[in-house]
Amino acid sequence: MTKIEMTVNGRAASGDVEGRTLLSSFLRDELKLTGTHVGCDTSQCGACVVHVDGEAVKACTMLAVEAAGSEVTTVEGMANADGSLSVIQQAFQDHHGLQCGFCTPGMVMSAAALLKENPKPSEAEVRDYLEGNICRCTGYHNIVKAIMAASGQDVAPVAAE
Amino acid sequence: MYNFDVETPGTVADAVAAMGRDEAQALGGGQTLIPTLKQRLASPSVLVSLSGVAEMKGVCTGDDGQLCIGGATTHATVAREATQYPALAAMASHIGDPAVRNRGTIGGSLANNDPSACYPAGVLGSGATVVTNTREIAADDYFQGMFDTALDEGEIITEVRFPIPEAANYQKFVQPASRFALVGVFVAKFADGVRVAVTGASEDGVFRWSEAEAALSSDFSAGALDGLSLSGDGMISDLHGTGAYRAHLVAVMTKRAVDAVA
Ligand SMILES: Cc1cc2nc3c(=O)[nH]c(=O)nc-3n(C[C@H](O)[C@H](O)[C@H](O)COP(=O)(O)OP(=O)(O)OC[C@H]3O[C@@H](n4cnc5c(N)ncnc54)[C@H](O)[C@@H]3O)c2cc1C
Ligand code: FES
Ligand code: FES
Repeated sequence: MTKIEMTVNGRAASGDVEGRTLLSSFLRDELKLTGTHVGCDTSQCGACVVHVDGEAVKACTMLAVEAAGSEVTTVEGMANADGSLSVIQQAFQDHHGLQCGFCTPGMVMSAAALLKENPKPSEAEVRDYLEGNICRCTGYHNIVKAIMAASGQDVAPVAAE
Repeated sequence: MYNFDVETPGTVADAVAAMGRDEAQALGGGQTLIPTLKQRLASPSVLVSLSGVAEMKGVCTGDDGQLCIGGATTHATVAREATQYPALAAMASHIGDPAVRNRGTIGGSLANNDPSACYPAGVLGSGATVVTNTREIAADDYFQGMFDTALDEGEIITEVRFPIPEAANYQKFVQPASRFALVGVFVAKFADGVRVAVTGASEDGVFRWSEAEAALSSDFSAGALDGLSLSGDGMISDLHGTGAYRAHLVAVMTKRAVDAVA
């Protein structure tokens, strides 16, 4: 076992892990942050996306020891300081960007990474960025709409009304 | 996953030393290796993580004008920073998805040599040089068949050097489930001739389409490819497409690549 320390959602976190412990397992089982979902565990679905030092990564495809010393943000760290939903989260609610909600943590984290890189993406850019986030419920249109709305853009032209 | 130790060296020298441990294996971005370990298709005792080796990360221009990419440089960094070679940056920007690009590395992609991966086409098409901790390997000698390379046990890719062509383009026909290339073609035009490298198609992995190279070297236009075709024999045949379909796609994608820059 190796003792690791990192900052998770602004707070110091530590724990003992094996070499093979995945970041997703460390967050969920050790830190009890179960907002990070594991949909496939084969690097395909994006439900487990978190930010490590500001970059979106699949937490099921990174070893916990590799995140030692890093700043990690999970969906639990996305709400505003007063506990209200962030602009992106609120937009998902307003535009029905979720149904069962299983993919939502990964969608929100990918959306946040996209908007940091590209604050006013086109619809095509949003769809392209979500390539690695799979949703079995919504058909994506409302997720795209929510992200367009969160970027402060008009959502009326979004396809497939 | 079976358990293993993880070494986190900070220099190439320490990484090479760690690779000397019994049943050690390099860990790049883990985007291929971690899923492989989960399936218990590999069982190293030690993983040597290269992501903390600063001298193996980043993009620069060498004294000879070549583009140098550190072996542990992520696809996202190449997409953002390899501005001297736009076709290569564009190729990197379409590998997998954003989260894969933030972890996956050029060294990992080349060491793995997946028959449908993008970098093998970019490296062979450019006539790049694969630099390891012990030697320099020309692209033409490096790729030795599906998942097979010239690398020796324990050898680490520290850098890849690309000559910059006059014009180049990569065309990827995406296999939407895997996000790899169903077929991908990299065309690069140099002063002394044109190189055409094909991924996703052959059962032997990435290869150069020499007839197309000859035709394009004398006339760099899509029309020069009229009448040229490849046989479906020896091409990958699976539920996504037959060998004949892939052979046809190679010609189509090659024309598109030339059209994009001619
Ligand atoms: C959903 C998904 C989509 C993808 N789509 C594409 C795609 O479209 N095109 C594409 O080309 N790839 C694609 N990939 C693969 C991706 O590019 C991987 O990042 C890459 O193949 C492996 O790189 P890695 O750094 O993650 O290596 P790892 O997974 O860490 O390692 C792979 C192998 O290389 C060895 N290795 C790693 N680094 C080195 C080094 N520096 N020197 C020597 N050996 C080393 C390891 O020991 C291992 O055997 C995809 C992957 C996923 C999960
Ligand atoms: S759980 Fe990580 S990609 Fe699906
Ligand atoms: S809302 Fe159910 S998977 Fe996306």
